[in-house]
Amino acid sequence: MTMAASTTAEPMTGPLGSPLRRLAGVPAGVLLAGAVLTLIVLAAALPGLLAGGSPTAIHPADALRGPGAGRWFGTDELGRDQFTRVVHGTRPSLLLGIGSTFVAIVGGAALGLLAGLGGRAADELLMRVADVALALPALLLALLVITVTGTGTVNVMAAVGLAFVPGYARVVRAEALIVRRSGYAEAGVTLGLPRAALVWRHIMPNALAPLLTLATVGFGTSLISASTLSFLGLGPRPPSPEWGAMLSQSRTELSTAWWMGLFPGVAVTLTVIVVTTVGRYLQRRFTRRGTP
Amino acid sequence: MTFGDAVTGNGTLAPAQDRLAPTSAGPRTRTARVLRAVGRRLLAVAGVLLGAATLAFGALQLIPGDPVSVLLGPSTQASPRVRAEITHDYGFDQPLLVQYGHFMGRLARGDLGISYQLQRPVSDLIAEQVRPTVELAAAAIVLAIVLAIVFAVATAGRRSLGRTLAIGWELLAASTPSYWVGLLLLTALSFQAHIFPVSGDDGLRALVLPGLTLALPLAGVLGQVLREGLDAALAQPHVVSAQARGTGVVALRLRHALRHATLPLVTLAGWLIGALLGGAVVVETVFGRPGIGALALSAVSSRDMPVVTGVVLLSATVFVTISTVVDLLYPVLDPRLRKV
Repeated sequence: MTMAASTTAEPMTGPLGSPLRRLAGVPAGVLLAGAVLTLIVLAAALPGLLAGGSPTAIHPADALRGPGAGRWFGTDELGRDQFTRVVHGTRPSLLLGIGSTFVAIVGGAALGLLAGLGGRAADELLMRVADVALALPALLLALLVITVTGTGTVNVMAAVGLAFVPGYARVVRAEALIVRRSGYAEAGVTLGLPRAALVWRHIMPNALAPLLTLATVGFGTSLISASTLSFLGLGPRPPSPEWGAMLSQSRTELSTAWWMGLFPGVAVTLTVIVVTTVGRYLQRRFTRRGTP
Repeated sequence: MTFGDAVTGNGTLAPAQDRLAPTSAGPRTRTARVLRAVGRRLLAVAGVLLGAATLAFGALQLIPGDPVSVLLGPSTQASPRVRAEITHDYGFDQPLLVQYGHFMGRLARGDLGISYQLQRPVSDLIAEQVRPTVELAAAAIVLAIVLAIVFAVATAGRRSLGRTLAIGWELLAASTPSYWVGLLLLTALSFQAHIFPVSGDDGLRALVLPGLTLALPLAGVLGQVLREGLDAALAQPHVVSAQARGTGVVALRLRHALRHATLPLVTLAGWLIGALLGGAVVVETVFGRPGIGALALSAVSSRDMPVVTGVVLLSATVFVTISTVVDLLYPVLDPRLRKV
């Protein structure tokens, strides 16, 4: 995420703009969200740095201890340290969200371009199919896919991703139609560019550009949906410290161990909030044509 | 049809310049236009339902394994002769297109197939679970609308604190998974404070927390749309003039602005139905309630495809029906749209 922020910020300032000056116009809330996001990415990349122990190490003597010094988030029914598990759960949880967003974007881009540029028949057919898919709640569509593929991490990514393909496809199709009728695309036709080159070099990059910022905001929705499927017991199996699976597990101990149901949920919500905040900022700042 | 009549009725009451229009065919062409629009809409509905049914048929074909074994269940042993009979009776030896035709024929008669797991008609299974889910959905809609109105009336229009709070709240509501909200409510109000029962569906008390869990994300979206509508309505001349006559702030919002702001909410009805059905899966799991969501989830876990496709088809039908009715009613609710 931070990488995306710095590379996309490049064209806005000249080569002389220092990193500090580049950050000067950014609202404080967005900066704070960026800082938290950096920490979350760090937890995903190097969990051992923030929490040294093993997320699956069992200490029956310390079972179901409340939060306190040395174990900030308490322990579960097997005495596993919840702070360690939440930190180490960052990677599987984010991977679920990133994987499903990736499936949604690639599928949406392919089908959207096909509908927008592939001629009338393809457009009609694909948009009618999208109508059917959009008539169903995303969660139900994902459950339908899971029934076919079975449960597991990869299947959850595919299911959540596929459920969101129609939405992305519509955006890409609309963009492709606009770009195809734009002055530079018409000019390309007039200059006699080969069709493939026109689509590949000129239409596609411009039609797909809004997807990048859309995906940052859409990532939040994907992460929540994926963690929901995993909470419902369809995703990663225990003892994976994935956040949705941790919350699912907390249900049996909820009468005594409130902390087990609290911290993984805070992690999900905080991640979605900071990604959405940064994503909306990027969207506001980099949307073309000044359209809101 | 009744809708067409109603509009014709309105047509005869149309403003004077319409009745004085030179062509006497005025109202008739309008009726024809409305009927054509309704017809187009119904055609689109049929298309979506046909698509959903085709999707269900495809999903049933995609279930891995020999269909006879799937149908018999994992524990049943059957001789080759019995298997051949089943294959013939169910038409598994027929070409796919013929099977598709039979499937559509059964659907048209309301037959959703037999559950692999429970060996009972899917339509019976769904019918048994409708009541608790409808109760839950009704409770959630009422709570969501009340919360959304309170939220919007309290925060609309102000430049300062209310607005900041509203935006923060909307972000929080959109970012919190609803299963987690359910767990938190359960921990605080059932396990710690013992105010509400932990699970089940006995009476109104058991409906409060599930209803609230399902309502909160809906209230977030409804409240946001309502607040934007209120902002626009509060800037209207008639509101400004009411304000100039000395109408109080609260009365101004409730009596003069709210009616105009509720109109855009109507277009969200279809989305609302989808959100309720999807949310029911989660909420019924968290609170251990029976219902269509719980039925669907257990079917997904045991890969009982006929039950899953049955719920999918039901969901698509309800969604399409509600959004069509709303689309057709919209000109009745908003007179400005009638002439379009």
